[in-house]
Amino acid sequence: MELGNLQRGYIDYISALFHEGFLDNQFTQLQQLQDESNPEFVLEVATLFFDDSEKLLNELSRTLDQQVVDFKKVDAHVHQLKGSSSSIGAQRVKNVCIAFRDICEETDTAGCFRCLQQVKQEFYLVKSKLETLFRLERQILAAGGSIPIMW
Amino acid sequence: MENPLPTSRAEAFPAGLRVLIVDDDPTWLKILEKMLKKCSYEVTTCSLATEALDMLRGKRDRFDIVISDVNMPDMDGFKLLEQVGLEMDLPVIMMSIDGETSRVMKGVQHGACDYLLKPVRMKELRNIWQHVYRKRMHELKEIETHNIHDDANILRNGSEDPDDRQYVAGTEMSSVRKRKDLESKEFVEHEFNDPSTVKKARVVWSVDLHQKFVNAVNQIGFDKVGPKKILDLMNVPGLTRENVASHLQKYRLYLIRLQRQNEGRACTGNLSSDFMNSENRGNSGFNSSTNIQLESELTTYTSTTENFQTQGIVPSVHISETKQIEPVQIIGSKKVPSNDVSCASKVNNAPHLSVLLSFNDKMPNIKKACEPATPKHKPLLGGTPMMQFMQYPKQESYNILSEYSCLTYVDQNLDPSFDQYSSTLPAFISATCTSEKDVKDLFEMKPVLTDYRNGHFTAIPLQVKRGAVNAQDIGAVCKVEGPPSTQDCYLNDKYSQGYFPLTYEFSLKGEAEADSLPEDVHLCSLQKIGCFENLGFSGAEIYQYGDSTPTTDVESNWYDSSELNGEYSYDPVEYPLIDEYLFA
Repeated sequence: MELGNLQRGYIDYISALFHEGFLDNQFTQLQQLQDESNPEFVLEVATLFFDDSEKLLNELSRTLDQQVVDFKKVDAHVHQLKGSSSSIGAQRVKNVCIAFRDICEETDTAGCFRCLQQVKQEFYLVKSKLETLFRLERQILAAGGSIPIMW
Repeated sequence: MENPLPTSRAEAFPAGLRVLIVDDDPTWLKILEKMLKKCSYEVTTCSLATEALDMLRGKRDRFDIVISDVNMPDMDGFKLLEQVGLEMDLPVIMMSIDGETSRVMKGVQHGACDYLLKPVRMKELRNIWQHVYRKRMHELKEIETHNIHDDANILRNGSEDPDDRQYVAGTEMSSVRKRKDLESKEFVEHEFNDPSTVKKARVVWSVDLHQKFVNAVNQIGFDKVGPKKILDLMNVPGLTRENVASHLQKYRLYLIRLQRQNEGRACTGNLSSDFMNSENRGNSGFNSSTNIQLESELTTYTSTTENFQTQGIVPSVHISETKQIEPVQIIGSKKVPSNDVSCASKVNNAPHLSVLLSFNDKMPNIKKACEPATPKHKPLLGGTPMMQFMQYPKQESYNILSEYSCLTYVDQNLDPSFDQYSSTLPAFISATCTSEKDVKDLFEMKPVLTDYRNGHFTAIPLQVKRGAVNAQDIGAVCKVEGPPSTQDCYLNDKYSQGYFPLTYEFSLKGEAEADSLPEDVHLCSLQKIGCFENLGFSGAEIYQYGDSTPTTDVESNWYDSSELNGEYSYDPVEYPLIDEYLFA
């Protein structure tokens, strides 16, 4: 594919991600942190985020599966997830976490389950979007171009 | 004995600041590490609080500052904070995604010197050195005012050999060791020629102490003064009548000298500058400016001194080889009476008293060094820098409508494709000032559009029409609209409920300037310029353009609608006023 097209495609794609709330300004901050001493910085951070979050989600599921749900623990996990998602700018995930914590406070088990589903969904969604984004980046680089960055 | 610090690090402060980050979140740990490195700080990361404590205890003086998350699995962040404060007395900054006032308060109560909200921005991290600096200043001050005790209390580390430490107790100056890791300084002791007498408890006449003394004297009346009376008035615990008596004697001599000379600037007890000097013994003046210098481990001072007369040199201060210098205070007369000149004779001219560059001078350079490296990616518009506000993308695209009729400025003819653009487009505000009765002043702001399809952008200037502004006549609406929700940001007058009026002055910016705004420019301080970085309707920047109009005072309220985001991203550190008034 021609480089120009690739780049334009990239721009459109990432713009949509911001537009639709998948990513927020924090992601841009990360992009700006990336430099030649660390050209894969964003990718590395994202990978950390994916791994860490999966673990958290598993823990969450486990905690909610208990006979007696320890809501404090649930809350702690959600809080962690919220922190994580804010690190990469995964805004929608973060927003679900916020709602999730409120539900936790109400010790609403059913509600918590719903939130869990929601947060999982959002997480996998943003994960796949980011993976696509990184793929696009690789294509651009492979074609000899440079990745357009939003200021 | 601690080794002296490498000069390069000391001189480069705040670059090279040694930071310990503690956070159980690996993602944040990585990001913060990167950010801090970009600030030219030396970073150590740690994901467990217990580990962090071990590190801190293991090697004292390995770090300058600690940044810790509040929520950690193995230990509560606040607990860590307390421990560090108690044991190591290092400045600790807390961090959390949770910005609830109660939490922040808890942090402060436990001794945090700052509380950062995640997501943490580079610029917040860049400024953390101030906490280190501030702490040192306080330490110094504390030492100066409370050092009426034994040497052991005053000097924390350093030479254990009391013979090494001699004080000039009677003369109106004292040297104080500031930091634990400083090597000992030798001071010529004024009254006691014999080092062995050092063991006596000694009073060091700090500026504050002397000030109290002088106040007491003045209160009593110089003629009627006597050591007992002064002592009582001063009411300083631990001070003895003898101390006061000898000090009084010096003071009298000093005053006499003053009268006689009547020339030059006498050093009074009010002199609060610290100075260092050792080289001028019988000569006149010292150098003049007091610069507080910060090395990474200690504070050194170059002094401001008054001009001392010929023999008036008093700072008979020994400065050791290591170039670490105690701040010395001049109190009272500088002249050393001839029969006391023994102290002068003991002065050792330290060869290493180089004048360190003033901190202020250094700063700009350091700041530059700390600026983030420009990403190497090609700018979007093939070289045309995007307007700065694009830095804060939001999900919604913006459309500005104003609700007030007059001066309605509606940019209806926005490019229809505009909506498709993401948050990378700047938000803009149309604020129209109107008043029902008097339109005294109004300003409009026009958006800056970037249309990167066409590869150009237009900056539409903001015009300010002058006139006196009566705050209550101003009401402006800024409407930010776009899927999925419409945000209304009101610049409202004080009649609006629930909002406290804030006063802003808008200042002019040339259009050209706007183009070249650096990334982290703070376009406003609350009182000065009316631009808000990242104020929730993110990226909106208000700037003015105009030839003639001066700043306009607008009383307006900004609030960050909670609908905009679950949380808003602004820097509470930077906009404390806004913080109060914005509602989450």
